[in-house]
Amino acid sequence: MGWILEASKLVKWFGEKSAKTFALRGVDLKVAYGEMLFIVGPSGSGKTTLLSVISGILRPNEGWVKIKDVEIWKLKSSDLAKFRLHNIGFVFQEYHLFPKLTALENVSIPLILKSIPWHEAQKKALASLEIVGLKDKIDLPPYKLSGGEQQRVAIARAIVSEPDILIFDEPTASLDGETGKNIISFVRHNILNDKRAIIVVTHDARIFRFADRILHMEDGLIKNEVNHAS
Amino acid sequence: MNTGLAKIAIKLLMSDRAKFFTLILGVTFAVFLILQMTSLFTGILTRSTSNVLNVGAQVWIMDPTVQSDRTIVPLPDYVLSAVRSMPGVAHAFPIYQGSGLVKLPNGAYQSVNIVGLDDDSLFGRPVIIEGNLYDIYSEDAFIVVKDAEYKKLGSPKIGATFEINDHRGVIVAIARPIIPGLFGNPTLYTTYTRAIQYLPTTRFTMSYVLVNLKDPSYLDSLKQEVTRIGYRALSQDEFVNMIKNYYMFKTGMGINILMMTLISFIVGTSIAGQTFYAFVLENLEKFGALKAIGATNGDLIKTIILQSSFVSFLGFGFGNLICSSYIAFAKMRIPNYAAIITHKDIFMTFIVVILITAFSSYLGIRRVIKIEPFDVFRG
Repeated sequence: MGWILEASKLVKWFGEKSAKTFALRGVDLKVAYGEMLFIVGPSGSGKTTLLSVISGILRPNEGWVKIKDVEIWKLKSSDLAKFRLHNIGFVFQEYHLFPKLTALENVSIPLILKSIPWHEAQKKALASLEIVGLKDKIDLPPYKLSGGEQQRVAIARAIVSEPDILIFDEPTASLDGETGKNIISFVRHNILNDKRAIIVVTHDARIFRFADRILHMEDGLIKNEVNHAS
Repeated sequence: MNTGLAKIAIKLLMSDRAKFFTLILGVTFAVFLILQMTSLFTGILTRSTSNVLNVGAQVWIMDPTVQSDRTIVPLPDYVLSAVRSMPGVAHAFPIYQGSGLVKLPNGAYQSVNIVGLDDDSLFGRPVIIEGNLYDIYSEDAFIVVKDAEYKKLGSPKIGATFEINDHRGVIVAIARPIIPGLFGNPTLYTTYTRAIQYLPTTRFTMSYVLVNLKDPSYLDSLKQEVTRIGYRALSQDEFVNMIKNYYMFKTGMGINILMMTLISFIVGTSIAGQTFYAFVLENLEKFGALKAIGATNGDLIKTIILQSSFVSFLGFGFGNLICSSYIAFAKMRIPNYAAIITHKDIFMTFIVVILITAFSSYLGIRRVIKIEPFDVFRG
């Protein structure tokens, strides 16, 4: 099995001169197809920065990132946006669903951005909501759903355009322990497959057992790696 | 822009009803005020040129110092003879325009506009709705115009007598309303000869020489000939524009209306701009999330422009509807109300609406372009 994502010597700093703070100090990373990778570590260790750099939303100062052999930081910003749209799905910590749109409309958004006709987008969004078990709540706006259900809508939105990589930012932070575990278990067993990888940034040790591999970050570096799959 | 994104954009906009209605209200209010101001201005300017439009001559010959129809400098009789002999002139007639004082039966005095028509041709005559035009030649005869000011003369019937500048006057016919004047005076028509007999005049008596040309192509040569004898010839449109410019730029009327229009624009833009900006700020994180997902700045800019345009054009429609209803209603109740909505006024208001849209969009776009998807992760 090949690598879906490769990154090398990633360096990222914020500020200039005396105010310069390093968030990444030369990170190398490879993610395999079918892998569920967790990035863990204390606050300020660089997890979110690494996640942003490898998903193409924060440009590194040094190093490179390849996704399916495409060096993403060599793309023009509009092409990079398109690349993200077609290849990467995001589940944000606070979901960022539009509160006034229905679940179905929220899930349709990535398809609409891809210029897929409205009715076709709705059909695919419905299929995606079916996968996450929310077929009967498609017409409800997010504020009428529970936290776990909102998370599922966010997952449905992330998978609707069948991306190769799914990025989860603190997926259990806004959920109670049991719901969080259920969600990650669901993702592990229903969303992950051999054609995609899932990268999760989390503090939550209760869900570590669902990972194939856990990278522990500290001070902008990967300090150790635990391989559950082996 | 794809239709799906347009649908989402409109739904997002309309789902926050309070903000949506505030936005529409802001634009509607601005459109109403601006259209009301400009239509009032148009109405006033049209009335200011009523003395010219009601007569309908192709060319007006006047003293070169005349700035508007309010500053009549009488012409000597030889000007009429000279103009009649100029090439291209089909007809040339004298006209008297001035004002008189009518003593009403109750003893009060009422200022009136007097138009003295050329005795032979009656050129510039009004349309008679009661009585006979040719009775104008009878003794002390006057024709009264039945317009909004008619009541100020006690709504006289045919045969009614009155006193004008210590002369007897008799109403011999009633004319259809013409474009009303700016100063709210009733209008009386009589013959040129009677007008200069009854009303105090200077040594010269002709207000203007009115000319109809054999062919419009003679206008330039006529102008040159008239200039050569020391006077000025203007086509009807040129004279109308000269009067309008006088009122716009030399009376303070233009600047006052402009200031009020500007205030309406500022109020409307402030309400619409601020509310739309608040709407964008409320959804800023969501826009950031969309950027992370893969929306380009172009997608988001189109979304914002569509939303602000939608609100602006709805407001434009409502503003037009309310303003035209208001003017129609006001005219039913107040016949003197001057406002007239022209295509020009609507076009100008439309331009203002585009400016409001551009300003509102600009505020939102500036914030949305600056938001980094990374900020969504950072929280």
